[in-house]
Amino acid sequence: MNENELTIRNLNAYYGGFQAISNVNMNIPAKEVTAFIGPSGCGKSTFLRTLNRMHEEIEGARVEGSIELEGQDLYAHALNPAAVRRHIGMVFQHPNPFPSMSIRDNVLSGLRFNSISCKGEAGDDIVEWALRSANLWDEVKDRLNKPGVGLSGGQQQRLCIARAIALKPEVLLMDEPCSALDPISTRAIEDLILELKQSYTIVIVTHNMQQAARISQKTAFFNLTAVGEPGHLVEMGDTEAMFSHPNMPQTKSYISGQFG
Amino acid sequence: MSLLTLNSSATKAREGKHWFARTPHEMPETEETGKTVATIESLSRRRKLRSLLMNCVVVVSACVVVIPVISIFWTALTRGIAQLSPYFLTHNMRGIVGGTYPYGGIFHAISGTVEITGVTMLICAPLGIFAAIYINEYARRSRLSRLVVSAVNIMSGIPSILAGLFAYALFSLLSGVGTINGFVGVVALAVLALPTVIKTSLEAVSRVPDTLRESALALGASRSVMIRKVVLRTALPGLVSAVILAIARIIGETAPLMIAAGIVDNTNFNLFSGRMMTLPAYIYNEYSQGLATCPTAHVASLMPCDPQIRIERAWAAALVLILLVAVFNAVGHWVARRSMAGSRHS
Amino acid sequence: MNPMFQASPASPRFKRVVEGACIAVLAFFAAVVVFLVLRAAPVLSSGKATEKELSTLTSGSVTSLAEYLGPLVFGTLLASFVALVIAIPFAVGTALVISQFAHGKVRTALSAVIDLLAAIPSVIYGLWGVLVLVPASGGFWSFLNRYFGWIPLFSGTVAVPARTMASAGVVLAIMIIPIIATISRDAFLQVPSQDKEAALALGATRWEMILAVVMPAGRSAVMASILLGLGRALGETMAVLMILSPASGYSVHLLEATQNQTIAANIAAQFPEADENGVGLLIATGVVLFIISFVVNAIAQKVVARGEKSEKHEAAQRHATAESGEGNPA
Repeated sequence: MNENELTIRNLNAYYGGFQAISNVNMNIPAKEVTAFIGPSGCGKSTFLRTLNRMHEEIEGARVEGSIELEGQDLYAHALNPAAVRRHIGMVFQHPNPFPSMSIRDNVLSGLRFNSISCKGEAGDDIVEWALRSANLWDEVKDRLNKPGVGLSGGQQQRLCIARAIALKPEVLLMDEPCSALDPISTRAIEDLILELKQSYTIVIVTHNMQQAARISQKTAFFNLTAVGEPGHLVEMGDTEAMFSHPNMPQTKSYISGQFG
Repeated sequence: MSLLTLNSSATKAREGKHWFARTPHEMPETEETGKTVATIESLSRRRKLRSLLMNCVVVVSACVVVIPVISIFWTALTRGIAQLSPYFLTHNMRGIVGGTYPYGGIFHAISGTVEITGVTMLICAPLGIFAAIYINEYARRSRLSRLVVSAVNIMSGIPSILAGLFAYALFSLLSGVGTINGFVGVVALAVLALPTVIKTSLEAVSRVPDTLRESALALGASRSVMIRKVVLRTALPGLVSAVILAIARIIGETAPLMIAAGIVDNTNFNLFSGRMMTLPAYIYNEYSQGLATCPTAHVASLMPCDPQIRIERAWAAALVLILLVAVFNAVGHWVARRSMAGSRHS
Repeated sequence: MNPMFQASPASPRFKRVVEGACIAVLAFFAAVVVFLVLRAAPVLSSGKATEKELSTLTSGSVTSLAEYLGPLVFGTLLASFVALVIAIPFAVGTALVISQFAHGKVRTALSAVIDLLAAIPSVIYGLWGVLVLVPASGGFWSFLNRYFGWIPLFSGTVAVPARTMASAGVVLAIMIIPIIATISRDAFLQVPSQDKEAALALGATRWEMILAVVMPAGRSAVMASILLGLGRALGETMAVLMILSPASGYSVHLLEATQNQTIAANIAAQFPEADENGVGLLIATGVVLFIISFVVNAIAQKVVARGEKSEKHEAAQRHATAESGEGNPA
């Protein structure tokens, strides 16, 4: 339960000449929810993207330092970023099912991208399992061949989660997954996250303090000293402790400011 | 927010010479602000008249634009319908002399147009779409991409007749002076179609939202898999409409084909040998020959003869060409609208 | 090390294919330009070499390139100018009606009419022009000549049939109206409705609102569309070839026949009689036309780029002021 899934050492991230985050050291525990909080521009989303090398898709982005998944270096020279992302899935802020695909094809898309056979019954089983895991099965089981974009926003986001876990990743990264959703859909996603943590390591970026308090076991607070300066990790700890008596004054003022 | 927009349009108004651009101290001189009683006055007659007049001018100008469309369609229909028959569509002009019956048809022109246009698109569609993918997905700012984009911008301004001259002169050099055949026409049309295809495909591919690319990559797709299974699938309707609209554009090209593919009476399916007739060239050729000769009255009583037959054939062929172009345009726009609706949905 | 990360099936082959397509396209375009320039350069650069070429096409009546090319360039510019002058008010008016006045079915129908105009092949415009417009417009040209004959453009003897620059200009105008109208319409449609409402709320009539808000916002797009229309008019062959009765000269009498000729129509008209030398000369005139339309297109793109830049700038400014206006949430 307490083994570390992801180990980050001395991580610096840059966009061209601009340093986005400086010298982050962090251990992310397995099978728990870790929340990243902090003001806009503090680099928490960038940091999240370095965890599955998605930041490489932005031109001029590069990283120094090391990230290990169960002891294996994600930035090893021979490693293809696509292979990393198969094991560390990601859910984005805006629900974005593939518009050209049905609900079923959306769930299976990751397997198809990786040339994993999912024809016939095997595929059906995966679809049902992934949609059940995402608490979406009952709502869509009668229209699996309808386009995924026909669903409501909250359903679309759960479809994106189902799509991500169909690949059976070790880690699930979520970049403000509820910020584009209404309160009821948000609640559904939060319940789902609490269920998913039984099987997956979850890292979530959120602007919503209450959400971090509700769903996470660990919280990391990022901040930046001034605009144009790189963001850094202020502190990380058990969520309960962070919210009741944070060690650092910055954390305290950020959390209380948000609540007040 | 509303205050801001008020400000910005007020700034715009101050820059121009519009009615509310007057400085405040001039305001009392105008009729409507000169009155102090707080009643809602109607606008000054001058303002009302001017607005009414300009509204009328604008509406009338739009109505006038409709006239040529109606006139062209009406003329093509009324003058072309007489000759338009299964016979007309299935026969060529071989052995048709003067204005005497039989009157001949446009089968050779239709087959030539279909063949030349089809082969042109078979070459240009994949080439153009692939180039657009490379530019948009692999190297947005590379030197090669920038070069291709500026080459496309330059080539989209080439006069169509010069494209025909280019193809003609090129093949004169390659395979003997005066080489005129269907494939020379294909090369001429390719010069005209490629820029269009690349431009419109680039638009279609760049309309695919980046979030879809990101989620494909986050699911472990390699770049090429992401492009083939997500970008191309999502952009497919846009790409189809790009190709169809390009067909609609080149199917009516006349001048380059007259030079490169030539004018001929018989049906020729061989792209690489001999002249090949096309519909637009047929229309021009029939028109340019003017009135047909008819034998003396004595013989004419035995055999029907129509001195106007060439003009009638030209209109009938024009009707077929208009219908072809209209169908391609309608389908292209329909697919484009559907693809827009689809992307808005997501 | 656990075998968690297997190499994913990466395929650089696909990248090589699309890159190859890109290079092929570039090579093709480069070949076109290089070939045309190589064929045109000897004719354009040395006056002497052209005598041979000129003699085949003009049967010796013209002795220098300038004498041959000058009237053609003049005729091309004149035809395009006439077309633009006629097209601009109708096109912009139509764009305004579609974007600001019409709703529902009328708007769809007008847009469809514009699409149809754009779709009709030029040879059909030529056929219609010479067989319908030319006979039908004779009375109007006589009227222009009788009452406005004091303007040099409309002076002289009215040609019957009217296979004149005026008729060709009208047909060219009809052909470029859709280009100007669609681009202007799209620009007018993008004017934010809050800007328009702001003007209306200040008491402007609809026309005053259009002058104050819509036209300034669409200005650069309208300019660019006019230049693109000009580009199309410059290169148009068939309509001019079929309507205009050609001659080599510098006349501005639009209502007289056999006064001018355009470069594109001249190529089509003279190509059948041209031998190898003649083709070289025609290519040279075509390259001159290409350069003219290239310059026009380049200016159009500059105008578009500048318009977009200033719009973005304005939007960014507006956004910035809006954000700071909301106050700090800290």
